[in-house]
Amino acid sequence: MADLAHSGGVHEAHHPKLQHHFEDLDQQREASTLGMWLFLVTEIMFFGGLFCAYLIYRGASFDAFAEASRSLDLYLGGFNTAVLIGSSLTMALAVWAAQVSKRKALIVFMILTIVLGAVFLGVKVIEYSGKFAHHHVPGDSFEWAPPYGDPANEAGTEMFFSLYFAMTGLHAAHMIIGMGFLAYLLIPAWQGKFNADWYNPVECFGLYWHFVDIVWIFLFPLLYLIGRH
Amino acid sequence: MTTHAAAAPGSNYLTNGFSLKSWLLTKDHKRIAILYMISITVFFVLGGLFAFVVRLELLTPAGDLMEADTYNRMFTMHGVVMIFFFLIPSIPAVLGNFLVPIMIGAKDLAFPKINLASWYLYNIAGVITLAAIAMGGVDTGWTFYTPFSTTYANGYVVLTVVGLFINGFSSIFTGLNFIVSIHRMRAPGLTWFRLPLFIWGHYATSLVIMLGTPVIAITLALLAAERALHLGIFDPALGGDPILFQHLFWFYSHPAVYIMILPSMGVISEIISAFTRKKIFGYHFVAFASIAIAILGFLVWGHHLFVSGQSIYAGLVFSVLSMLVGVPSAVKVFNWMATLYQGSISRQTPMLYALGFIGLFTIGGLTGVMLATIGLDVHVHDTYFVVAHFHYIMVGGAIMGYLGGIHFWWPKMTGRLYPNFWSKLSAGLVFVGFNLTFFPQFILGYLGMPRRYWSYPDEMQVLNVLSTAGATILGVGYAMPLFYLLWSLKGGRVADDNPWGAYGLEWETSSPPPTENFLHDPVVTGGPYDYAELERKRG
Amino acid sequence: MSHHVVSRKLYFGIFAALMVLTVITVAVAFVDLGRLNDVVMLAIATLKAVLVILYFMHVKYSGKLTALTVVGGFMFFFIMIAMIMMDYIGRGFLG
Repeated sequence: MADLAHSGGVHEAHHPKLQHHFEDLDQQREASTLGMWLFLVTEIMFFGGLFCAYLIYRGASFDAFAEASRSLDLYLGGFNTAVLIGSSLTMALAVWAAQVSKRKALIVFMILTIVLGAVFLGVKVIEYSGKFAHHHVPGDSFEWAPPYGDPANEAGTEMFFSLYFAMTGLHAAHMIIGMGFLAYLLIPAWQGKFNADWYNPVECFGLYWHFVDIVWIFLFPLLYLIGRH
Repeated sequence: MTTHAAAAPGSNYLTNGFSLKSWLLTKDHKRIAILYMISITVFFVLGGLFAFVVRLELLTPAGDLMEADTYNRMFTMHGVVMIFFFLIPSIPAVLGNFLVPIMIGAKDLAFPKINLASWYLYNIAGVITLAAIAMGGVDTGWTFYTPFSTTYANGYVVLTVVGLFINGFSSIFTGLNFIVSIHRMRAPGLTWFRLPLFIWGHYATSLVIMLGTPVIAITLALLAAERALHLGIFDPALGGDPILFQHLFWFYSHPAVYIMILPSMGVISEIISAFTRKKIFGYHFVAFASIAIAILGFLVWGHHLFVSGQSIYAGLVFSVLSMLVGVPSAVKVFNWMATLYQGSISRQTPMLYALGFIGLFTIGGLTGVMLATIGLDVHVHDTYFVVAHFHYIMVGGAIMGYLGGIHFWWPKMTGRLYPNFWSKLSAGLVFVGFNLTFFPQFILGYLGMPRRYWSYPDEMQVLNVLSTAGATILGVGYAMPLFYLLWSLKGGRVADDNPWGAYGLEWETSSPPPTENFLHDPVVTGGPYDYAELERKRG
Repeated sequence: MSHHVVSRKLYFGIFAALMVLTVITVAVAFVDLGRLNDVVMLAIATLKAVLVILYFMHVKYSGKLTALTVVGGFMFFFIMIAMIMMDYIGRGFLG
């Protein structure tokens, strides 16, 4: 598999994307991949603080969390999980298309990823507006009453929704930033700048997008599935 | 070690473009270091002024200089500015930015644009925080404990927190650049155990930055959301726990002490080796001690919560783990002492700072072990004993290292030497002034004077006056370099490539270095601090 | 440059596995296993995350340093959780 790229030093020395302070494209590529992974480590710790808060309050308000979780729409959540995993697939295929220098396929997969991201966010908008309509948004107007559950659980359920909005909001913000970057990367992709020699930005962006997917893989059961039995 | 760098007459990073644009849009790590030095100096002066106001109020037992509320804002701003805008970025962003690429024989850091972005983010964050100060400040203390900060405080908490959030990115960008550069861009032959200890210190500090900073970012974001949007994550009324805020806060803020001290230890290793003309004793142990401190540093934060309502069992574990940090720290101190033994010591200004560091850091470290003992901590918690302890580490450790490093590499950075007499006098004043300021505070704390109070019983006045007097001397000591270093730019003697006769890649290129650092790519053939080899070469 | 190009077939295979695991985790959520529900749920999610990391994110084909970075990142996350939990369990906060 290693033979897809040129290995001639002369060719690489003149590659327009080689920055002056690197020896060759290999070094440059390894540096940016490591940089991206280190950035993702900071993202693990960033979301980690929230997950930590969730785990503790889930233990402290066990039943209230389950009750609040039941009020979320499992169909929308499940649908969104499928959409996001699908967008991870199209992103992986976009990296593949760049690696084998297929310009058209690359553009198609990138656009598909953006579209799936937009679908996910659209569904999220529907879910959020439901929360506003039912007074399930934390704050002075928060209300917890039948048919959703027992008013006695109001404090614990409000905590659940605080975490729900913090976690899904942060996740959505990451998706919006990601979609912006991806749209920006469409320009060089359109110009045919990504190919087997040089596709580093697509690869690094892919890592970011898959990370956002992983966050959702954990959010989905923690938020939607804990009170179903 | 061999390089083929020759002095390049008239062409260096400083003469490569004189326009404002050539500085503000530079991607040269050395110019970014200079930019950082200017910004950081501004914040250091500001933070110092806040401290001076605090000391002035404490000159008399009664709270008479200002309102209690104003006093709260002053010490909060002193803490916020000094910790987030001076101590954490100081050595990495100035000396690290300048020296890490040169010491690893690279042309630049891995991501020069991100490096420049880091400086801009730092300044944006600084401006936002200063705006919060100008509008009325914050009175929560730099620790922003909930629920005071979320519900009761009447300052500009959210604005300050936004500034600190942005500042976190600048920190992360620097750390990320260092780790990637050290892994991927070392010169041929420069293996891990040929790296200067300065690099090991910066590598360890970068690890802490990468793992810790995001946690405080999310914590402060949640704090802001709770205050502004009533999203109640730490709210006891919703079954939330304010102590969780303290856990998450200290998960970063305790390791942050190691962000400040590890690069400083790296600087001290370089200076001690250069002015004893010896390899650092137990090089491998000192290198690994940096990594050990970085990792152990993440396991001890609970010692800030001994009186908070944290589980006593957790307190015991945190207490024992905290004492363990003393081991790698002591390894370093003992190895520096062993390096001094039978070394050919020359008492140049940087060496004075380094020797001062060893003494002050040892006092700070040992009182840290005392504070890690739960029983004693309950007695002196939130007293001036704690204040004195962490100033011995942060001021006596980190700032001594920063000033020592500035004096050590100033000839390399600017190509000029500073006046010996004035610099030694200032180092002496800093040492004397520091001890006079903070040693009385150990006694005050042990007598029971609580921190963050604006008035105190009459019998504590003598010690407080001593402390304020010391702060004045310290202030003079800190102000002096500002003048003679600036003067040296025009009036100082021209420095040659290696004015101290020190060993290291940075001393083999010209002073100041050319834009690409070396005229010919360096190839490293020997270990670090090989002074025997250097003597042979210099004849 | 030497890098691994993962075949499209494998990508589709991983996608299918992720979808199947999603269906399983939803199904299990409706079975009452007591406190075990949470454990099973998190185990399945972890398995899914590992699949994404190894194949979609190419860690299986990357060097040791990348693997170390990923493992190190999660390790410090677990240190944070474990030591904070130590406090909460120690004072009986978790009921």
